[in-house]
Amino acid sequence: MLSPPNGSGSRRELLASVTAISLAAGAHAAAARSYSGALPFRTYSADPPRPVLPGAWLFFTQDEAVAVEAMVDRLIPADDLSVGGKEAGCAVFIDRQLAGPYGNSSRLYTRGPFAQGLPTQGYQGEANPAQRYRAGLAAIDSWLKREKNRPFAALPAEEQDAFLTGLDKNEITLPQGGAGFFNLLLQNTMEGFFSDPVYGGNRGMASWRMLGFPGTRYDYRDWVSRHNQRYPQPPVSIMGAAEWSPRAGAAR
Amino acid sequence: MTRILPRKDVVIVGLGWTGSIIANELADEGLDVLALERGPWRDTATDFNIGYAQDELRYAIRRDLFLQPGTEAITMRNNAGQTALPMRDYGSFLPGHGVGGAGVHWNGHTWRFWDSDFRINSHLTERYGAAKFAGLDLQDWGVTAAEMEPFYDAFEYLCGISGKAGNIRGQKQPGGNPFEDPRAREYPLPPMQMTYAPTLFAEAAKSLNLSPFPTPSANLSAEYVNPLGIAMGQCTMCGFCERFGCANYSKSSAQTCVLPVLMRKPNFELRTECEVLKIEKHRSGNMARGVTYMDASGEEFFQPADIVLLCAYGLMNVRLMMLSGIGKQYDPNTNEGTVGRNYCYQTNCGTQVFFDGKEFNPFIAAGSLGQSVDDYNGDAFDHGSVDFVGGAGINCIPTNARPIGYRPVPPGTPRWGSAWKRETARNYRSTLSFSCQGSSYPQRGNYLDLDPTYKDRHGRPLLRMTFEFPDNDIRMSHFMSDRSEEVARALGGRQYTTSRTAKAWNSVPYQSTHNTGGAIMGTDPTRSAVNRYLQSWDVNNVFVVGASAFAHNAGKNPTGTVGALAFLAADAIRNRYLKAAGQPLVAA
Repeated sequence: MLSPPNGSGSRRELLASVTAISLAAGAHAAAARSYSGALPFRTYSADPPRPVLPGAWLFFTQDEAVAVEAMVDRLIPADDLSVGGKEAGCAVFIDRQLAGPYGNSSRLYTRGPFAQGLPTQGYQGEANPAQRYRAGLAAIDSWLKREKNRPFAALPAEEQDAFLTGLDKNEITLPQGGAGFFNLLLQNTMEGFFSDPVYGGNRGMASWRMLGFPGTRYDYRDWVSRHNQRYPQPPVSIMGAAEWSPRAGAAR
Repeated sequence: MTRILPRKDVVIVGLGWTGSIIANELADEGLDVLALERGPWRDTATDFNIGYAQDELRYAIRRDLFLQPGTEAITMRNNAGQTALPMRDYGSFLPGHGVGGAGVHWNGHTWRFWDSDFRINSHLTERYGAAKFAGLDLQDWGVTAAEMEPFYDAFEYLCGISGKAGNIRGQKQPGGNPFEDPRAREYPLPPMQMTYAPTLFAEAAKSLNLSPFPTPSANLSAEYVNPLGIAMGQCTMCGFCERFGCANYSKSSAQTCVLPVLMRKPNFELRTECEVLKIEKHRSGNMARGVTYMDASGEEFFQPADIVLLCAYGLMNVRLMMLSGIGKQYDPNTNEGTVGRNYCYQTNCGTQVFFDGKEFNPFIAAGSLGQSVDDYNGDAFDHGSVDFVGGAGINCIPTNARPIGYRPVPPGTPRWGSAWKRETARNYRSTLSFSCQGSSYPQRGNYLDLDPTYKDRHGRPLLRMTFEFPDNDIRMSHFMSDRSEEVARALGGRQYTTSRTAKAWNSVPYQSTHNTGGAIMGTDPTRSAVNRYLQSWDVNNVFVVGASAFAHNAGKNPTGTVGALAFLAADAIRNRYLKAAGQPLVAA
């Protein structure tokens, strides 16, 4: 799971409240998070992301995982530029995202009433991303079983592409729960392919190598004036780079 | 049950740029100052940590530092004939959250508005006649650029802005913005070292007889110690600026410019995770008694105070006034009322120029590292022959190349598959982007009020935003798209694409966190919410500070003016209000 936001219940907040209670000793309880007279600072109160570890699916069923891995591999096909979406870990990324605060929309406005919105008003559905995946993948599966008699992963690549193109262009209308699912899948697949490998996608920084994006290198002062000369350094992730040490191999 | 706390001299709602600046000034005055902040404490080492600050997914896409709609959402519609629905996720604009507010995650473009902005109605009437802007509710702000100058200067020196003056005490300065009003002195720091794309943009602009200059930047070009004695570092151009806290102490913010001094003052207290629910008024109605707030445990408190300063994000200032019955709700049918009126935004368009064989290294970037052109901004040019008022800055400021969000491809490129990937890889390092940040002028149908249906987590009505781009602003923006195409052609390149602003304003794609108005300053107490000192016309010990005070929005980022207004309000309280406590500083 991703590190939680600095919302309620995060480690950081817990520490803040501990700090504050000691600061407020002897004062009224209202100052439970009161700071005065000093810059509050407590060591080890930072909140780094926890790297996604390989292992069992946290959200997807086995059938869902097989389908999503096949889909991300058509959205981002393997070629001379990079590995495909499956090998890059996009399905793992999506699985871990759906199992965390993104999947359950815990930060969003989820109160009713729910009404059909205008396009300018954005998504107005009641379902969160996790529920949309469950329903969307089921809708795809039932459509394909009816029309093609096989699940997505068992189709030849050209038929997979044709089906995804039909969804993209709204030429295929999925049963209930399928509307808008393709855009969500595409968005999350791209997030997984291009985000820091710490979240399970972009394995080996494959997309960053393809683009020439150096990742989390931090100081370009020695290159800023070298106009029209390609920056030469390979990328670095939050976890470092594989070539730096054996331990950083997790970035692979 | 509400617990009543010991009195404070001053209570400040929100500890961002404005709250921290005023708190520091008033603490120097010897007042007992309390800031109530809804979000958590945030500081560089712990929250913008160098080990993981450069995380696009967490901060730019999932928006860890931002206000989450679950905490406070806003409903929107394009006109009063529609039913407003909540923005279930923020998109078009992204308010901040926690100590530092939106000043944590800004890019750092630090502009001064012009005298022709502060005196917009008088100026345009004198130059073109009032019929030129019929239908737009353009009002003078009640101040002049000359009166604002010391406050802009104070903010720029607090921040350590990197830039080149264009006009020092009436003397034009080569290399600076020739259209700016006189400033007292040079910027505190020289401009940043230019990257390749803005350098090419400036050459193209010059070839069209335009006047490019380095964008005034709160990303520091050199080490700096500000007037409070706080040291900052040189920007390393890491390309993680907007939507991120700076891990390098080189982007100006409350954290890097004020808090290290303010937090040590014994007569200042900060309480975090305390949400102000209401400003409580005396029975007389023209004075506030203090504020009611709720802490993270859900307990309610009444905090008495002699002065109440609303220093939250502008939109939240407006909502708190409405929830507290301060000022009269604006009614677009009658065009009467003081709170909620003159809501404005920003009218933008963008251009991408695709090259073959150029290496822009677009990830070598900073939030305000670039070149700007103001020849078509505001009233810098004669509008006699055009069918609009206002204008836009043309800015080539490549802020980043973070790849989830930044993947320029030519029009017609598929969104996925082999062809998508080929074009993505081909254009990533060799595309030059620039944009026009256009003015947004008030019109009757654009306003803020309380939503009749949707409530926040405390059961209070959400703010309702009714907004559409005015026809005037659409015409202005199309004019700017045409000018952009001239620049794009001068740049050369394989091909270019320029966007054109169209109705209806869409709340989903990110556009700008420059929401202005709703509690505007002005000279007429029936058409503005606060006077020229940002004092409420209705409740004498309430001051409302922020972009909520803008009577319209210029084609410029608001933070420079927001910071200047904070110094203006602090000066007014120190040098005027404290000598006449409880009195209006301008006769209504």
